[in-house]
Amino acid sequence: MDETVSIVLFSGTDDKLTAAATLAAGAAALGRPVKIFLQYWGLNAFRADGIVGDHGLAPEAGEFGRAAVAAAAKAGQAHWAETLRMAKELGEVDIQACSASMEILKLKQSDLDPIVDGVEGVAAFYINAGEGQIIFI
Amino acid sequence: MATQDIKLKVDASGLSCPLPILKATQGIKTLQSGELMEVVATDPGSVKDFAAWASSTGNALVEQDSANGKFRFVVRRK
Repeated sequence: MDETVSIVLFSGTDDKLTAAATLAAGAAALGRPVKIFLQYWGLNAFRADGIVGDHGLAPEAGEFGRAAVAAAAKAGQAHWAETLRMAKELGEVDIQACSASMEILKLKQSDLDPIVDGVEGVAAFYINAGEGQIIFI
Repeated sequence: MATQDIKLKVDASGLSCPLPILKATQGIKTLQSGELMEVVATDPGSVKDFAAWASSTGNALVEQDSANGKFRFVVRRK
């Protein structure tokens, strides 16, 4: 079985970014290669000038969810970008921006945080995913 | 197990998933094969996580216990 875990990160809210970073970091800690493909709002969250900013939460969070997430952050839960940085240091985590989303958002790679390794198209993404699992968030 | 056999102690108290296993991964890389690392965590999920992490990475979970909401794991590097 191909152990590579591929995550398509489409969503740009902090809760979903945190969920994706958790899945990526867990797989990396187990020694599995991880590929993250950034599309649309997921990609937009990796702008160099805004990666640690407030990206909001999914609509279903509501008042209760916002308070719970704020409390977790205050209690010292790691920021998703920090979790991804640690995962990259410890394992094989490759983060690629979707070239079509780059075009739509009028982004150049120099506009992105250096945590992003490169830009690729969907065919390259599938080839790199091989027979491994693909997770869409 | 004599405490002096433990080469590295990692305190992952107060950290939520996936940080305890990330800290463990970070720590184990600094050890030589056969050396022991102790990790203390408060995340209740760490019990199943450390079992999974050990079996997947091949490092041996040689001891574990819990007391007062703390979970302690001793891992021997592969």
